[in-house]
Amino acid sequence: MTTVSERGGAPVERTELREILLIAADEDVVHVRQLVRKAAVAAKLSLVDQTKLVTAASELARNTLAYGGGGQVTVEVVDDGRRVGVRAEFVDEGPGIPDIGRAMSDGYTTGGGLGLGLGGARRLVDEFELDTKVSLGTRVTVTKWAR
Amino acid sequence: MDRVPILKIGDVLLVSIQVDLEDKTAIQLQEDVADRIVASGAHGVIIDITGLDIVDSFVGRMLSSIAAISRVLGADTVVVGMRPAVAITLVELGLSLEGIQTALNVERGMRILAEARQGPRLHRDERGSTAEAAAPR
Repeated sequence: MTTVSERGGAPVERTELREILLIAADEDVVHVRQLVRKAAVAAKLSLVDQTKLVTAASELARNTLAYGGGGQVTVEVVDDGRRVGVRAEFVDEGPGIPDIGRAMSDGYTTGGGLGLGLGGARRLVDEFELDTKVSLGTRVTVTKWAR
Repeated sequence: MDRVPILKIGDVLLVSIQVDLEDKTAIQLQEDVADRIVASGAHGVIIDITGLDIVDSFVGRMLSSIAAISRVLGADTVVVGMRPAVAITLVELGLSLEGIQTALNVERGMRILAEARQGPRLHRDERGSTAEAAAPR
């Protein structure tokens, strides 16, 4: 299992807002954006931070659909004792990512997009974790904290 | 599937995106704008994204393609009404909206298109009359 992790670590307490959505079709990307927006408002993220998180979630949901062959997202409001935030975990059982370094770099794409999805999403959130195993699937977890 | 309406004002097409865009809707919009330019002979396209609360790389690419397609069909495109939070996010995402002209609102977008239309006309008129250039805006 290959893992890319940034500033992860501290244990967090899950709050009661926790929802799971399937990502199986085009319109589900819109549903993911709406769910993440709802959680971001509940966690009192600023408007700019809401926008960044929802944009990152949109990129990741599309990746789950386009590269992972569909999957699911778990969106929850989390609390680490000092602050409140939103965590979204995208899971698919697709082919996995053989070369993470390249997949994370801007401009690299195997799907005909702009190649900004993963790298761009990482820049928009506070914590970014990527677990992937070739032929088994990919899990991307992002967190944004209220300031 | 929702479809984004396209209005015609003079020789300008006004596309006002008011729904949370599904990918399919965005692709359909590219085709609709191309068809309308050809059918109407419009020289300009204004895309109003006031209603969009995010622009991700897919929508960004869609805006770039509409601008490129319009250019090939002889029309200029101006994207107007971007929200501040969207602008901040786009820059951080690394999306440059290449080849896209932007303006704060529809009014300024219309002015940019009008000026672009006057440019070549002035160039052709080389007998000294610069009355158009001096005309008040």
